[in-house]
Amino acid sequence: MSVGRMSLPIPLRMLPGEDIHEFKAKAMEILAETGVFYETPEALEALEAYGCTVDHQQRVALFPAEAIEKALATAPKAITLYDREGNPHAFLEGNNVYFDPGSSAVHFLNSDGLAVDSSGEDLANIARLTDALENIALQSTAVVAGEVAKEVGDSYRLYTVLKNSTKPIISGAFTVNGIEDIKELLVAVRGSLEELRAKPLAVMDVCPFSPLRWTNVACKNIMDLARYGIPVEFLPMPMAGASTPVTLAGTVICHVAENLSGLTLAQAVTPGAPVVWGGGPMVFDMRYGTTPMCAMEAMLMATTAAQVGKVLGLPTHTHGCLSDSKVVDVQAGLESAMGALLAGMTGVNVISGPGMLDFVGTQSLEKLVIDNEICGMVLRYLKGIETGEDAMAVDVIKGIGPGGDFLNTAHTRRWFRKEVAIPGLPIDRQDRRAWYEAGSMKALVRANRHVQQILSSHKPRPLDRGVERALDNTMKQVARRHGVTYLPLR
Amino acid sequence: MRDVLRSLKEGVVQGDQERVLKAARTAVERRLDLPLMASQGLGAGMEDVGKRWNRGEMFLPEVMLSAQIFKEAMAILEPAIRAGGKTVGALGDFVIGTVSGDLHDLGKNLVAVMLETTGFRVHDLGRDVSAEDFVNALKNLGGGILGMSALLTTTMIEQKNVIHAIIETGLRAKTRIMVGGAPVSIAWAEEIGADAYAANAHQAVSIAKGLARDMRGGVPR
Repeated sequence: MSVGRMSLPIPLRMLPGEDIHEFKAKAMEILAETGVFYETPEALEALEAYGCTVDHQQRVALFPAEAIEKALATAPKAITLYDREGNPHAFLEGNNVYFDPGSSAVHFLNSDGLAVDSSGEDLANIARLTDALENIALQSTAVVAGEVAKEVGDSYRLYTVLKNSTKPIISGAFTVNGIEDIKELLVAVRGSLEELRAKPLAVMDVCPFSPLRWTNVACKNIMDLARYGIPVEFLPMPMAGASTPVTLAGTVICHVAENLSGLTLAQAVTPGAPVVWGGGPMVFDMRYGTTPMCAMEAMLMATTAAQVGKVLGLPTHTHGCLSDSKVVDVQAGLESAMGALLAGMTGVNVISGPGMLDFVGTQSLEKLVIDNEICGMVLRYLKGIETGEDAMAVDVIKGIGPGGDFLNTAHTRRWFRKEVAIPGLPIDRQDRRAWYEAGSMKALVRANRHVQQILSSHKPRPLDRGVERALDNTMKQVARRHGVTYLPLR
Repeated sequence: MRDVLRSLKEGVVQGDQERVLKAARTAVERRLDLPLMASQGLGAGMEDVGKRWNRGEMFLPEVMLSAQIFKEAMAILEPAIRAGGKTVGALGDFVIGTVSGDLHDLGKNLVAVMLETTGFRVHDLGRDVSAEDFVNALKNLGGGILGMSALLTTTMIEQKNVIHAIIETGLRAKTRIMVGGAPVSIAWAEEIGADAYAANAHQAVSIAKGLARDMRGGVPR
């Protein structure tokens, strides 16, 4: 046994390899025989030139196996994300796991438990908080800025996060020209498109519209992202029983087919375009018509679909560490923890969810800091047990012998910080008396304190003056182009 | 007659298509009181379905099946009812669709079915409906209730545009407007000058009934 070797938990596999390949084979059968709808004629043309059979009338492309295999062969197997200053920050490959806040909520949960329309200020606070949270490696454009004109909503959210944090960002556009605006903001930070290509700063989500459809916005976004070399994350969000079959396997097959169809379009536009195999499958609640993302069945589908992506060797994403509860309560904690651990154990590279409640509808700062603890626990678990000679500690055990204690040994002092993580304020490990004396604070109260502490003290590394000016000017230009006059620059 | 009525009602609740359609044909053949068959048979069955759904005893796929059977049976009764000089859809016209740019029509479809089975004449314009198409439908009907849904924050704005178009064509006084969809709220409904907001299909039905009463009463806006 070599010194310092980590014994990693084996990545979780829901199914044996043959079954995983079966999902791909069935998805390819659907892609070849039924095909996928693309609303945009240019997307169909690109696919036709790539070897697909296209019915331009119906706007449906059929995929021969060779076209899909060709696309899989050129899709990069790893993506490195760089922070705002250009330092390597996250390596989307293998079993590396990174968390980012759940994205695009329209509500924000105040500390008094009241959900209100989210604003740019809320987004700035989430970004600053996330910048400080050590277990949430990536940013996301977590909430919609309700007070800002919808035409510049996508770019303004990205701008706000870029201004308030150095971490790379998972984002997305909701409009046909959104990627153009977003590219300009990212180039303002990097200096040039070449530099942005070399050092990706943001990943853009694009959602298919289940079953088996890509809207005009999605088609245009994929094509623009592929052209600019900005990583695109495909995000099927099938609803089992409503937009896809109620059986989990049937929904996973649709999910896989949608991912493959997005990936093939990206590679048809630009071979080698960076792509992330993502998704956030949901069940469909037959009582309320809602879309639970944290039902155990949703987690089963999410981890299984991610495994297909992993078998194909692609960087992967899924939802995890989020909850469908409306407030920060027991349900929020248990759903978030289970999802985070399952996705983490599957070795999914990007796990989106911290802070999120209410079917990705509501973000909460208190939940975000509690989830930071969950993510920390998951990451600690994934580090596994160190099994080198010194960690096995046989000599130390022999030296102390029966009946002694280890508190006052050099070995303990050498190791304790590395071996046992000290949680933050939201996790209580005091004895009962000390807990009473400290004010009998429940987790939510401690979480709120933690939020206040961080927001009042944490200063993200400042933007270079010149870059800040370029970023502000670009945002103003984008706003002007869309005829938007009111835009707070924070 | 009582047997037929019971078959219509129970059959709708049980999702027994064969039983309901057979009873509907029998009702037409025997020249029974068809408006009564529609309201106390099929309609009462759907009302029961709605209650059971509310109580968590029936689930959406079962509700959808019942609604489907209701529609098929109504298609059998309706021509005979019309031939007898009576009308169906006593609650009035309801125009519904998802706004331009929005393809998410699952919730809209559910609302449309529930309205239809409650007694509205539903004109489902489908999804991705332009303001012009909404206006034209209302113009042809001479007003009515309009329901618009939007699932995206980027398409919500279209609800406002449709309302503007309705005002410009002078149809506002003859129209009651309801909005819905995940990002939509009461505040948004107020901001854009809609008459009502419904959070789900149940609410949509009860609010629509209220608006229909309001319109029959001729209460001016």
